[in-house]
Amino acid sequence: MSTKSIFVRAMAFWLLFSLLLAACAPAPAATPQTVIQTQVVEVPVKETVVVTNEVIITPTPEPTQPPEPVEITYYTFSAAPDHLEDLDQMIQHFQAEHPNITVKVETAPFNDYFIKLQTLIAGGTAPDVFELNYENFVTYAEKGLLLDLSPMMSVDSSLDPAIYYPRALQAFSYNGMQLGLPATFSTVVLYYNKDLFDKAGLAYPSADWTWQDAIEAGKQLNDPANGVWGLHSGVQFWEFYKKAAQNNCRFFNEDKTEVLINSPECVQALETMVNMVKTDKVMPGAAEMGGLSDGDLFVQGKLAMDVTGIWMFSAFKDAPFQWDITVEPGMATKATHFFANAAHVFAATKHPQEAYAWVKFFTSNPEMARIRVASSWELPALNNPEYFTDYLTQTPPANRQAVFDSLEFAVVPPVIGRQSEMQDGVNNLLQQVMLDQLTPQEALDQAKTLIESLLK
Amino acid sequence: MVNYNKNLQKNLWAGFFLFPSLAGLLIFMIVPMIASLALTFYEWDPLIPTRFHFLGLQNYQTLVKDANFWAALRHTLYFIAGYIPLVMASGLGVALLMNQKLAGRTFFRGAFFMPVISAWVAVALMWSWIFNPKFGIVNYLLSLVGITGPAWLFDPNWAMPAIILTSVWKDTGFIMVLFLTGLQSIPQEYYEAASIDGARAWPKLLHITLPLLSPTAFFALIISLINSFQVFDQVWVMTQGGPAGATTVLVEQIVNNSFRYGRMGYAATLSWVLFLIVFLVTVVQARLQKNWVTYE
Repeated sequence: MSTKSIFVRAMAFWLLFSLLLAACAPAPAATPQTVIQTQVVEVPVKETVVVTNEVIITPTPEPTQPPEPVEITYYTFSAAPDHLEDLDQMIQHFQAEHPNITVKVETAPFNDYFIKLQTLIAGGTAPDVFELNYENFVTYAEKGLLLDLSPMMSVDSSLDPAIYYPRALQAFSYNGMQLGLPATFSTVVLYYNKDLFDKAGLAYPSADWTWQDAIEAGKQLNDPANGVWGLHSGVQFWEFYKKAAQNNCRFFNEDKTEVLINSPECVQALETMVNMVKTDKVMPGAAEMGGLSDGDLFVQGKLAMDVTGIWMFSAFKDAPFQWDITVEPGMATKATHFFANAAHVFAATKHPQEAYAWVKFFTSNPEMARIRVASSWELPALNNPEYFTDYLTQTPPANRQAVFDSLEFAVVPPVIGRQSEMQDGVNNLLQQVMLDQLTPQEALDQAKTLIESLLK
Repeated sequence: MVNYNKNLQKNLWAGFFLFPSLAGLLIFMIVPMIASLALTFYEWDPLIPTRFHFLGLQNYQTLVKDANFWAALRHTLYFIAGYIPLVMASGLGVALLMNQKLAGRTFFRGAFFMPVISAWVAVALMWSWIFNPKFGIVNYLLSLVGITGPAWLFDPNWAMPAIILTSVWKDTGFIMVLFLTGLQSIPQEYYEAASIDGARAWPKLLHITLPLLSPTAFFALIISLINSFQVFDQVWVMTQGGPAGATTVLVEQIVNNSFRYGRMGYAATLSWVLFLIVFLVTVVQARLQKNWVTYE
């Protein structure tokens, strides 16, 4: 009896423990979180009057007939985990103006986001509004999954498209249709640990640095005794398209008829990248990082320079040392990332007007922009210097101007319809170079064949 | 006639009570399986559910030429070759031990079974840390005896062995339970008779226990083989097919093609080819069993 009850208790404890472990773990893709999409009230929306593709919007509901309560779902990756409270605040503001609309938030980490989105759409439970990054936008636009917002925008006197940052707005137009409104844009900069530079007696990085300068400084900042590395700039798809551009190389030509990824400039750019680990030894390889991210290492003071996105400002805010940013080093020329995220309305949503109202409010309302700026949740994609003044006066980092300086050199990522396959394939080849299974030239020759087959 | 009616009535009642589970099986298993077979002849993107493009046998031709498929098949077979012998041996060893009259036997049986009921995600994450090249306990222990451990999950040569060891650890308890029931169904008289004839422990194990366990071993082998062709969770959590594609496996290819690349038709083709492989292996196993399986 007693051994049995101990056994039962032990089992119960173990079950609980493994549940706990599973709950604490970052949700992996293998176990997509259950999505509960309960419609609170299932009432049909007020009939929208469609006149030759134009949706007429009734700006103020008739006072005698209160608007039907509607729940829309907003699916996002950029809000979690750091900005969920900011998003809640935004929704509260929205609901103050639109008391009949409830916005339900669903999130997934970036790596699992698109698997879940595709499954939701295929399963007929697509969110009404979802976030897409520019790279994945084309895949969804090509397949006709995004509602054209232009008809609603053209009759909406309260929205002037000129308030958006033109480049970001333009990025999400496709064949003359506005298939989403830009919410944020961001770029990647060089972060540096001032304390480590001071300790080594080196001058801080400046905007006119080349990678050669950074690597030389990195060699002096390397401090194996304390586990400190000179720099980190990931060997992966996004870093590579950008470094290729710094060396005047593009993955393919403008109309995607010719793949150029194995041209000498691209090969040279890749060699510079992998040599930071292999020959210059200023950057830790995957095994040496032991499963930690570059951001983890930087915030622990184990990395003197880190090339990463401006979305890390909030994560680095409380680092126990002085740090600042500058424009990323270049090669033959300067090139930086242009990342933009937009909010899109699902083409088959039951609530196009409510969804549009949320998209518009979320991307253009001044209060939203202020919340964004205050929490360093990337940059609002709005063409209004006022917000940026607020943004610039915040610290850290002191040199926020570098964000805007960087955007002067921004290069949009290479995008094709079969984007995930291209990214996975190129990433796999880059890893093979890191593991000495392929030379940079061999890898990029294979990448060319791969991309050609994906463009067919 | 009366008898016939009675039988019919009995069957109708059986059908009535079986209906709920049969309906579920039909709707959620049989129909999708047939639909997926049809899909192998089409290009179908779940994001554009209404557009089917007939391809004939093109998906199968693509598969034969797809280097990713052959790599995944190779890695899956590598996994099986490492996993099956290890898990069978450790399961049998633990079962023999747990069949002895040891103190705390119930506790240990439970302890060995715990990994089986634990969630794969939790187990895989835990072992990722155990195999961590910098902070992991495996390399720490190796360093105590003067061995510099490999980078495990970050090393293309060691990632699969790490996944195999993790899987063996998790499934040993399952095989143990199968063998324990097998052991307990062996009549004691055989051992008594052997003792009277003067047989000692080792001959008893060799000539009584192992032959009479062979039906259990056969069952455990078939189940483990079928499961290990479908290895996925641990790979997805621990390496996601990396480093540099060194641990891509068949089910992972199916998941990528169906849920990430929108190539549901091709993913269905991969699934059916996997099914055929498992089917063939099982048939061959069943044929071969008469050479080594002893029934009482």
